[in-house]
Amino acid sequence: MLKIENLHAEIEGKKILKGINLEIKPGEVHAIMGPNGSGKSTLASVLAGREEYEVTEGRVLFNGKDLLELAPEERAGEGLFLAFQYPIEIAGLSTINFIKASLNAVRKYKGLEPLDAAQFLKLVKEKMEMMEMDKALLHRSLNEGFSGGEKKRNEVFQMAMLDPKLAILDETDSGLDIDAIRIVSNGVNKFRNKDNAVLMVTHYQRLLNYIVPDYVHVLYNGRIVKTGGKELALELEEKGYDFIKNEFKLAEEKVDQPA
Amino acid sequence: MKTEDYQINTNTHMSDDLSTIEQAVSSEYKYGFVTNIEAESAPKGLNEDIIRFISAKKEEPDWMLEWRLKAYRQWQKMEQPNWANLKIPPIDFQDIIYYSAPKVKKKLGSLDELDPELKETFDKLGISLDEQKRLAGVAVDAVMDSVSIATTFREQLAEQGIIFCSMSEAIKEHPELIKKYLGSVVPVADNFFSALNSAVFSDGSFCFIPKGVRCPMELSTYFRINAENTGQFERTLIVAEEGAYVSYLEGCTAPMRDENQLHAAVVEIVALDNAEVKYSTVQNWYPGDKQGNGGIYNFVTKRGICKGVNSKISWTQVETGSAITWKYPSVILKGDNSIGEFYSVAVTNNYQQADTGTKMMHIGKNTRSRIVSKGISAGHSQNSYRGLVHVAKGAVNAKNYSQCDSMLLGDKCGAHTFPYIEVKNDSAVVEHEATTSKIGEDQIFYCKQRGLDDEAAVALIINGFAKEVMNQLPMEFAVEAQKLLAISLEGSVG
Repeated sequence: MLKIENLHAEIEGKKILKGINLEIKPGEVHAIMGPNGSGKSTLASVLAGREEYEVTEGRVLFNGKDLLELAPEERAGEGLFLAFQYPIEIAGLSTINFIKASLNAVRKYKGLEPLDAAQFLKLVKEKMEMMEMDKALLHRSLNEGFSGGEKKRNEVFQMAMLDPKLAILDETDSGLDIDAIRIVSNGVNKFRNKDNAVLMVTHYQRLLNYIVPDYVHVLYNGRIVKTGGKELALELEEKGYDFIKNEFKLAEEKVDQPA
Repeated sequence: MKTEDYQINTNTHMSDDLSTIEQAVSSEYKYGFVTNIEAESAPKGLNEDIIRFISAKKEEPDWMLEWRLKAYRQWQKMEQPNWANLKIPPIDFQDIIYYSAPKVKKKLGSLDELDPELKETFDKLGISLDEQKRLAGVAVDAVMDSVSIATTFREQLAEQGIIFCSMSEAIKEHPELIKKYLGSVVPVADNFFSALNSAVFSDGSFCFIPKGVRCPMELSTYFRINAENTGQFERTLIVAEEGAYVSYLEGCTAPMRDENQLHAAVVEIVALDNAEVKYSTVQNWYPGDKQGNGGIYNFVTKRGICKGVNSKISWTQVETGSAITWKYPSVILKGDNSIGEFYSVAVTNNYQQADTGTKMMHIGKNTRSRIVSKGISAGHSQNSYRGLVHVAKGAVNAKNYSQCDSMLLGDKCGAHTFPYIEVKNDSAVVEHEATTSKIGEDQIFYCKQRGLDDEAAVALIINGFAKEVMNQLPMEFAVEAQKLLAISLEGSVG
C-alpha cells in the first residue's frame, strides 16, 4: 500500500530525514517511535504533503502512485489521512459543515456524487456512535475551545467519516489522559480492517498498549535504526531512548562525517 | 476620542513563489460583460445646463429642478474630502457623463415589452424580472445606468398601500412625500458627494410602507452601470410609517473597463414610531483588474433616522467590489428606545481600497446600537474600518457594542481600525472589541489534508469568519453572498 524508498527531506536547509525505507501493507499497523527531534513528525508531514518540507531524494509509492507528485488534497482523495498532533481551529465554521465539505470533496475526487443531507446525517450518526463522539461538538466551531481530548477525538471521528486507506496518527496520544486515550484507541481499533492500514507516530509506548502494532520502528536522527515487533516498544519503554542513542552513536558519527 | 491603527504590512516573504493564499486569491470578475443597447446620454461634464437637461429628461416639476440647482451651487463651494485612509487619484468631474439612459422607444406597458437585451442582462445577473420572481417573494426594481428599467409586483404591493417605484416616478406621482422626506436625513450639503448626488441623481428607488403594514415580501433594487464613462448617482428613499416593517435588498454590478467609473449614491431611511427597516446590500461593483486598473469609485452616503420611539434600523452590507469604497451607513437614534445596527463584511483584494464603517448617533433615551464589522484583506489591498459612536448629552442609558475583526490573507495587504467614541452622558455603556488575525497556511493545510482545495479552504475559513454578518442576510441572499465572498477571493477565496 505504502512504499517509502530512501526518503530524504529538509526544512530551511536543515536535513531532517536521511534515508527512510518503509513498507506498509493492507491490514497492518506500524508504529514509529523515537526521541524528540528524530524526525517522526517530519515524516508524517512529508507524507501528507506539507509544503515547508523539501524532499531532496527518494520516492514514495501509495497504491502504485507517486505520492510526492500529488497535492495534499489529492493525497487525501487517494485515501491518505493525517490525524494532526495539533488540530487547527476555524472560528465560525461548524465541525459538521467542515466534515461535510471535506467528505464531499473526497467523494468528488473519487468520482462519486456528494451525499445528500439524509445520507450524510445517517453516516454521521453511525460513526458518532462508533467513535463515542459527543454530538454537541459537531455544532461548535471547528476545534474552537475544544479540550485536547476533544480535538483528538474529533480527528479520529473525521478519520472514520472519510474512511481512508492509510491513517497516519501523529502523536495522537499526546496531552491525553487515560480515559481519552482509551476512547481514541477504541475508535482506531474499530476503524481497522484488512484493507486499510495505520501508521502511528508516537514518543511514548503507552498508546501501543491500546492499539497493538504489528511492527515497531525506531527512528533516530532521520533514519529507521531498528525494526521489531510490539515487544520492541516495551524494551524502549524500559531502557529509554538512551540505549538506542548509545547503540547507534558510533555508527552515526561515522556516516555523518564527510568521506 | 480614540484612534487605533492595527496595521500589518510587512514584506517579509519576497519569494517568487506565489504562496498558496495568493494563488487562492486571484479569480476573475464574473459580471464584467457589456450590454449593447442604444443609450441616450448627456454630453460629458457638469454645469447648470446639464442639470436642467437631466431634470427635463425626467419631466420633473420645477421645485425638483430648483432643489437640484441649489445642491449644485452648494457642491461648487465644497471640496472633496480627503480624511479617509484612501489614496484617491484625482477625479475630473468634468470628464464624466452624468446622464445615460437605455433608449426606450415608448413607454412600457408591461415587462414583456422590455428590450430583450436588457432583459438578458438582468437574467445574466441572476435577477429575473419575470413574474416568476413572484415565487421567490422578492419585488425588484432594476436600475441600469441612470434609469429605472422595471419594477415588479407593484400592483400587489399597492393593494396594501405600499409604494415601490422608481424615484423619477415618485417625484411626479408622490410629490408631497418626496418633498417631505427627500434630503431630510442626508441634507443636500451634508458632504461633497451627497451634494453632487443631490444635483445630478438620475434615478433610484422609492419605497413607502404606510402605517401598520408589514411589507409581505423583500423589496429589492438592482443597480448596474453599463455605459462607458458614466457616473451612476442613484437616490434611494425608504419611509416606514408607524408600526411598519420592510426588508430591503440592494445589489450592484458593472462591466469591466480600464477607466474608473464614479458611483455616488445617497440612501435615506426614515423609521417612525415602532417601525423597523432592514437594509441589506451586496455590493459587487467592478473592482478593477489585478494590477489595479479600472474599477468603480464608490462614494456612498447612507443614513437612516430612527425618528420615532421603539424604531429600529439595521444595515447589513457585504462589500466585495469597487476599486475604492467610501461608505458609512449610519443611524441617528432620535426616538427613545430606538435601535441601530450595522453588520458589515468588507473584502478587498488586489489593489482595492476600502474605508468603510458606520456612525451611531445616540440622541434619544435608552437607545442601543450594535456594530459588527468583519474586514478581509488580500493581495495588495487596504481595508479600513472607521466608526463613530456618539452619545449626546441627553441620551440617558445609551448602549453600544462594537466588534471589529480583521483578517489578512497574505502579507502585502493592510487592515486598519479607526474607532471614534464620543460620550457626553455618564450613563452610557460603550464597548469596543477589535481583533486582527491572519489566515494561516496551517489552516489551509489542514483543510487540504481533508481533501479540500485552496479555494474551498479559503472559502470555508472566510465564511466562518464572516458568519455573524452573513446570518443577518435574508436566506436566499446569504447563499449568493457566500458564493460572492468565495469568488472575490478566488485566486484568494472560494
